Amino acid sequence: MGVYVRREVRDAGTPILELRDAAKSYGAVHALRDGNLALRSGEVRGLVGENGAGKSTLVKVLGGVVQPDAGDLVMGGAPVRFHSPHDARDAGIAVIYQEPTLFPDLSIAENVVMGYHPQRGLRRIDRGAMHRQVKELLDRLGVQLDPERTVRGLSIADQQIVEIAKALSFDARVLIMDEPTAALSGPEVERLFAVVRALQEAGAAVLFISHRLDEIFAICDTVTVMRDGAVVHDARIAEMTTDDMVRRMVGRELSALFPKQDAQIGERVLEVKRLTREGVFFDVSFEVRAGEIVALAGLVGAGRSEVARAIFGIDRSDAGHVEVSGRRLPSGRPLAAMQAGIAFVPEDRRMQGLVMDLSVARNATLTRIRALTRLGLIRVGAENRLAREWADRLRLKFHRLEDPVGFLSGGNQQKVVLAKWLATEPKLLILDEPTRGIDVGTKAEVHRLMGELAGRGLAVLMISSELPEVLGMADRVLVMHEGRLTSELSRDEADEERVIRAASGVEAA
Amino acid sequence: MSVHAASPGGAARTSRLIEWVLRVREIGIIGALALLVTVTAILEPRFIEADSLRNLALNASIFAILAVGQTLVIITRNVDLSVGSVLGLSAFLAGDLLSKHPGMSLPLVFVLGIGLGAACGLFNGILVTWGQVPALVVTLGTLYAFRGLAFLWTDGRQVNAETLPDPFLNLGSDSIAGVPIMVIIAVVVVLAVGQWLRDYRPGRELYAIGSNPEGARLAGVRAQRRVLSAFVLAGALAGLGGVLFTARFGTVDATAGVGYELTVIAATVVGGVAIFGGTGSVYGAALGALLLGTITSSLIVLRVEAFWQQAAIGALLLLAISLDRLLAVRVEAALRRRSARRAG
Repeated sequence: MGVYVRREVRDAGTPILELRDAAKSYGAVHALRDGNLALRSGEVRGLVGENGAGKSTLVKVLGGVVQPDAGDLVMGGAPVRFHSPHDARDAGIAVIYQEPTLFPDLSIAENVVMGYHPQRGLRRIDRGAMHRQVKELLDRLGVQLDPERTVRGLSIADQQIVEIAKALSFDARVLIMDEPTAALSGPEVERLFAVVRALQEAGAAVLFISHRLDEIFAICDTVTVMRDGAVVHDARIAEMTTDDMVRRMVGRELSALFPKQDAQIGERVLEVKRLTREGVFFDVSFEVRAGEIVALAGLVGAGRSEVARAIFGIDRSDAGHVEVSGRRLPSGRPLAAMQAGIAFVPEDRRMQGLVMDLSVARNATLTRIRALTRLGLIRVGAENRLAREWADRLRLKFHRLEDPVGFLSGGNQQKVVLAKWLATEPKLLILDEPTRGIDVGTKAEVHRLMGELAGRGLAVLMISSELPEVLGMADRVLVMHEGRLTSELSRDEADEERVIRAASGVEAA
Repeated sequence: MSVHAASPGGAARTSRLIEWVLRVREIGIIGALALLVTVTAILEPRFIEADSLRNLALNASIFAILAVGQTLVIITRNVDLSVGSVLGLSAFLAGDLLSKHPGMSLPLVFVLGIGLGAACGLFNGILVTWGQVPALVVTLGTLYAFRGLAFLWTDGRQVNAETLPDPFLNLGSDSIAGVPIMVIIAVVVVLAVGQWLRDYRPGRELYAIGSNPEGARLAGVRAQRRVLSAFVLAGALAGLGGVLFTARFGTVDATAGVGYELTVIAATVVGGVAIFGGTGSVYGAALGALLLGTITSSLIVLRVEAFWQQAAIGALLLLAISLDRLLAVRVEAALRRRSARRAG
């Protein structure tokens, strides 16, 4: 009761940071209009909306990356102007951006304190203090990372942790987190939340952006909903329900989020036999049949993506082998895997799935480029026909086929990656985190598509860190823990508790 | 959970591995230098006589200073092709001033020469940062523009050693405690800039900018200001090189330092400064300059044709770049295995 009253009092005070009627356009596109947002001391505010709803633009305005065309930014009652991220940071605003902002060549410690290194005499950098400081931060986040190691080669989850540590490295009055949990697994998210709550107790204001609505409900006091570049709703979290929130985000009703059609399970397509990659995963055996969706669950870093990479031949395996329709694949040869009928949609679509500067059409048809070539020249007409066909089938939202794929929202980018691989007419589709960072509406479409593809006899291997997705979509759930397959659950056996137990190694079934 | 905890020994080994790889370039160059000197000395003992080694060090000094400046720029993922022309301008400035006013204070000559270089660097830097023109294009332009300026200014004149005051010329030949003054100046420059890059925020920020330009901006680094300062420093060091050039050779015309930029960039890359920014040290770059100078001298001493000298430098460059790539791949694999084992 006491806590509740105190928060009421705080809410009545002047906001630490307030954005009034902010607007930002890129050419003819209104990325942000009616940007109204207030952050008070001790408040954790959720910001939700579909991809392209303007969340990231709003974050960039608050972080000084983007200068708004109109509107005011007010801090502690006085109007401020940020000309650069430097100004925002000096004003006490820490931002975790969605894009990776790390320096791969530098140590973790330097990444965290860059520009604000602790100093000793003659303004020299105090390396000892820097390492101690960063070690402390990493301990607070509950990760065992050596501050002196370089960032290059860190897993996506560890990189995300470093980004978080970077934002926490100074006494921020306002902490803005754009999808901080996208790459994190359960325990890591819990620790992040503990840190956020500690900051909240200390009087900081937090803006938390996530596509996982359960997280919004778990940590936020208030929530702002955005749609089509505008703030459409602002309420206390207690007054909202999930359905309510989704309806306001989408502007329409969503029936089922995870529609898996019943499909005829056919013959064995993929067989993985005792596959091992030293130091990464060990003795992994399983099969995937036609029409079946098999989910590979587990914590981030359990070796799931690595297994997928080895199956597709990106990484070599040290022992064991992979068979597709009974034929053995050579290790470490992606081209052979493609010819055998495997398609692979990687985890990091910006880096591995798409060529961001190339057009939508070129990206979507990249795997078929040989078939579209005559006398060494690409037939643009045929390319556009093929791209348009897939764009229709996947209900891709785009302006022109010639636009760079980087212009599309995250969900539509993922559809282009899917189109690219489906155009090869694969027998087995491997999807690594297929809906990460994708808005609710597009997510449902990706799920519908997966169900449809399985229904047509495609074998699907899906890696996902989102339990509802795993439980909703998969016919079978394989759980990995520390590089080993620890559990196999049928659709009926699989429930949240069993998967989590197996993933955290509590119960080796 | 116990599996997750990295043993302190493991962490230390990882960092030692990284440290070793970072240091190995300097060690490798020193090894190559030792080998080169030994082989040449066996074939031609006069090569290691005091005079010969002195000349070697003197020649390398100016290149080492230029390589230090180049390192600052390359670390930020830029390049400065105009250093040879800037050197030419300030070399002629120093010669012209001193032959007309022999009584002029030497520190003032240095200040003016360095200042002229810094101004050229500022011009480059402004075009690169505010003008948003790629450094390759900007400095390719100023490579010709500054050289053209030198031709206009000299108007076919040449400064000769006889017209220069002796105290100035002595800077290029005298020694203190057996070490040539020019070498001392070069070593001081290398150490000072090395310290600045290692132990000061602006220095570290140059690495951050080269490693991830957009990330640096988002982290609150004033990237434009830093890149500008890198160009100004590179220009200033080229200016210093120009004054030293005049002191060493005495004879200066409009062609002083023609073609130096390529040797300097080669030295920098051989010294382990990644051409795509983010890594490398001035120590490596300076050693690279020394190695290239030694190769040239040794081939001359061994009476090898000029063509082979150039081919040798080319081969060394390719070797250095392949080595970089190979090391990067191996280190990444090693780190992956370590981190994977740790995360299980």
